[in-house]
Amino acid sequence: MDVKEPPKVDGAKESLPLLKTEELLLNLGPQHPSTHGVLKVLLTLEGEKVIKSVPVLGFLHRGVEKIAETITYNQFIPHTDRLDYVCAMYNNFAYVRAVEKLLGITIPERSEYLRTIVAEVQRIIGHLFWLGTQALDIGAMTVFFFTFREREYLLDLFDELCGARLTTSWYRVGGVERDFTPKIIDDLYKFLEDFPSKIDEYNTLLLNNRIWLGRTKDIAVISGEDAVAFGLSGPTLRGSGVDYDLRKLSPYGAYDKVEWTVPLGTKGDTYDRYWIRIEEMKESSKIIKQCLDQLPEGDYIAYLPQIVVPPKDRVFTDMESMIYQFKLFTDGFRAPEGDIYCGTEAHKGELGFYIVSQGEGKPYRLKIRSPSFIHMGAFDHMAKGYMIADMITIFGTYDIVMGECDR
Amino acid sequence: MSQEPPDKTQETPNKPVEEPKKVPPPPPKPPPLKVSGEEHPIARKVRDAFPGGYISATLFRADISIEIKKEDLFSICLLLRDDPELDFDYPVHISSVDYLREKVRFEVVYEFFSIKKKHQVRIKTRVTEDDCVVDSVTPIWKGANYLEREVYDMMGIRFNNHPDLKRILLPDDYEEGYPLRKNFPVQGRGWRDTFDFPH
Repeated sequence: MDVKEPPKVDGAKESLPLLKTEELLLNLGPQHPSTHGVLKVLLTLEGEKVIKSVPVLGFLHRGVEKIAETITYNQFIPHTDRLDYVCAMYNNFAYVRAVEKLLGITIPERSEYLRTIVAEVQRIIGHLFWLGTQALDIGAMTVFFFTFREREYLLDLFDELCGARLTTSWYRVGGVERDFTPKIIDDLYKFLEDFPSKIDEYNTLLLNNRIWLGRTKDIAVISGEDAVAFGLSGPTLRGSGVDYDLRKLSPYGAYDKVEWTVPLGTKGDTYDRYWIRIEEMKESSKIIKQCLDQLPEGDYIAYLPQIVVPPKDRVFTDMESMIYQFKLFTDGFRAPEGDIYCGTEAHKGELGFYIVSQGEGKPYRLKIRSPSFIHMGAFDHMAKGYMIADMITIFGTYDIVMGECDR
Repeated sequence: MSQEPPDKTQETPNKPVEEPKKVPPPPPKPPPLKVSGEEHPIARKVRDAFPGGYISATLFRADISIEIKKEDLFSICLLLRDDPELDFDYPVHISSVDYLREKVRFEVVYEFFSIKKKHQVRIKTRVTEDDCVVDSVTPIWKGANYLEREVYDMMGIRFNNHPDLKRILLPDDYEEGYPLRKNFPVQGRGWRDTFDFPH
């Protein structure tokens, strides 16, 4: 084998004294526990330094976009649970919002508030999951137990709400599946009282932790300009100081009726993205608190019998409702001809649905714009020049979930 | 061809002017879903710069879509990014649609957003099945790389000047075709044909 000088890599940490090394090809994954599913990356190494990385995707490809073309709009809701399987509620939300935009319907105000509250609870769960696994990947195990304690509490609320912890399917086109019980509201208030002290707990474990700081500061730096050109979104984009949050840009739900701010980073490194997620959890709890205080009375689902399944007691007593119910479960509702794109700010980034309708009960084409997939496009750019051990941090900092990436 | 003279017998010279019947005004029609977006500022800008490449523009649910010819795709995308009034710096998604029954079969759809100007545009271009090649926009937006690879993988549309055009979600040696084409069976091809699916 020919031995040659290692190339100088820009953007790396200060280089070690040059040794004679040879290039090495390393397969990271697909069965590595830190790859958050089944992701394989081909790393070209000079010593321990990565000079090129090629993500190999598709191990979890299930053809969801093809399936969508064969089933009705309502039948696709459970499939969205399986996209980002740790945060199903936000996928449901993004999908039903896209279909509602296509149909051009508005939903009752109470249902907007319920949606916002649950979406923000899901955001907290997502960030807690991220924080626990990111710390675990880096080597801090305790944080994982602490964050999963709160996560379990919130997942139990989901269980109370819709009977499932992870694959929820609680959102419906036109509203939500069922209303909050008084217990959920009480438990949420209780949670919000304690939560700030819990965040401080995580921070005491991490903020002065030399290993945490050493492995997150100045790792995987991306400038704002590059982040925009790569199409990154969510905390990964805001960590680079770009103010792009769809909840502020094109407000949906009840986001424009409550007060909150968008935290922005400055350097665009892993530490900034960690800080943003911590701040977002605080903002989310603010949003939930205000929404619970303002929660209006009213219906939780719109009465649109041609689109929304009529209530069960009406189906048994009222002929028309029974016909509508039959039509909805056999043919589905017909969406007008046209195509729309609707993006929603999930906790990972912009989750969007592009739907082409030809006036039938099924989408003619449904494209999912998943943040994880687009973030993997920037992986090589962000990983160049760092050590192998940092690769794990970089997967983590995207908060990647392969179910959504491969679809 | 003999044209019949207009029948003038029924017209009387001094016919009293009838008062128009009072018809209640028709109920206001709901606005059409797809209105022409020709006068949209973004569409006007593209049309002025590329009168040959521009085909049409529609407005649906407040989203502007511009249909263009594929020859001018790269130059129009360059205009979209570099013109200070348009300033589309953010690639949202690149997608493709298969209109199996139409003459020009495939449509490539690009969606862009401007973070400074906060506006959106959708660019559509059609390609035929025999010549399904368009210019890559990866030199303009780096993020287009993976998005175009996915379009190639799923629909089989090739991109000129793409740095690394190969399959992304399916295996590199997948030979059964392009799964999102409408003539690809849902259960798959090859050995999957032997599955006994209930139909």
